[in-house]
Amino acid sequence: MARLMDRSSDVGKHTLKAYVSGFVLSVALTLGAYAIVYAHVHSGHVVISHAVVIVSVLAFAPVQMVVQLLFFLHLGAENKPRWRQMTLIFAVLVVLIVVVGSLWIMRNLDYRMTPKQINQYMYDQADGGL
Amino acid sequence: MSTEMTHTAETQNPADKTLFGFWLYIMTDCVLFASLFATYAVLRNNTFGGPGGGELFSLPFVLTETLILLTSSFTMGLAMLASRGRAKRQVAYWLGITFLLGLAFLVLEVSEFRHLAHEGNSWRRSGFLSAFFTLVSTHGLHITVGLTWIAAMIVKVYRSGLSGHTIRRLTMLSMFWHFLDIIWIFIFTVVYLMGVL
Repeated sequence: MARLMDRSSDVGKHTLKAYVSGFVLSVALTLGAYAIVYAHVHSGHVVISHAVVIVSVLAFAPVQMVVQLLFFLHLGAENKPRWRQMTLIFAVLVVLIVVVGSLWIMRNLDYRMTPKQINQYMYDQADGGL
Repeated sequence: MSTEMTHTAETQNPADKTLFGFWLYIMTDCVLFASLFATYAVLRNNTFGGPGGGELFSLPFVLTETLILLTSSFTMGLAMLASRGRAKRQVAYWLGITFLLGLAFLVLEVSEFRHLAHEGNSWRRSGFLSAFFTLVSTHGLHITVGLTWIAAMIVKVYRSGLSGHTIRRLTMLSMFWHFLDIIWIFIFTVVYLMGVL
């Protein structure tokens, strides 16, 4: 039993150190993403390419999520079998399918049909009733 | 291996089962937010001739909101830490600070909504604004529920001290509050930061 407890990583423990490190890292990540966008907007969008800015800003959010899961929600300290981690991974999978899937489908629809066609299609569908 | 399986607290302790059940609720709430984020992502450019995020959002204002909520997540952690040391007054103190920070966040959010609606940019203006108001106010609604819960817990801790039952409830409350901050990170990034780009 004691051996099991020892195995839990230092990161996930309920200590002041864990909360302070989580807080400092989160503030740093928030300010980092903010600074990139702020610099980009105020430089008239010229310093770095637009795509690089978007990708790097979007990359900050999942990193901060992991930091808070480890330091605030102590996910690293969970004992086996790690049900929370498993259900979290499943939830992340569902979230990605919903978000990426929606964007993919709507982009495809936008590419294949003109707004007029979409309107006509929706009109025909509504005309058929429920 | 077999001793590890039978001795895990996660499956044996009924208190941990309650916490795991609450964790599952939070995971399903993630799926709710996923559908709202997907709707927002699809509609973000459908401004119907109205203003987009770049014209509507003030970055310093949102950064203030974000840092306030992040600090409240940290003070909630300090309340949990105090509950482990069975320090009743300290728990109530940190919960109080968390409540005030959460309330400040909510006041800022509502004032932003009022400002937008006052300028004629309410949820009726465009698909983009409908999706924006739905996503952000659903988070705000969760914050309101969280604030009510925090207030109830302060009273509970003062009245009946820190029993095992109360600590379990506190743990669920802290999970809920940390979860709301994680959702906000994504609103901050996807809605506001991407909105002004």
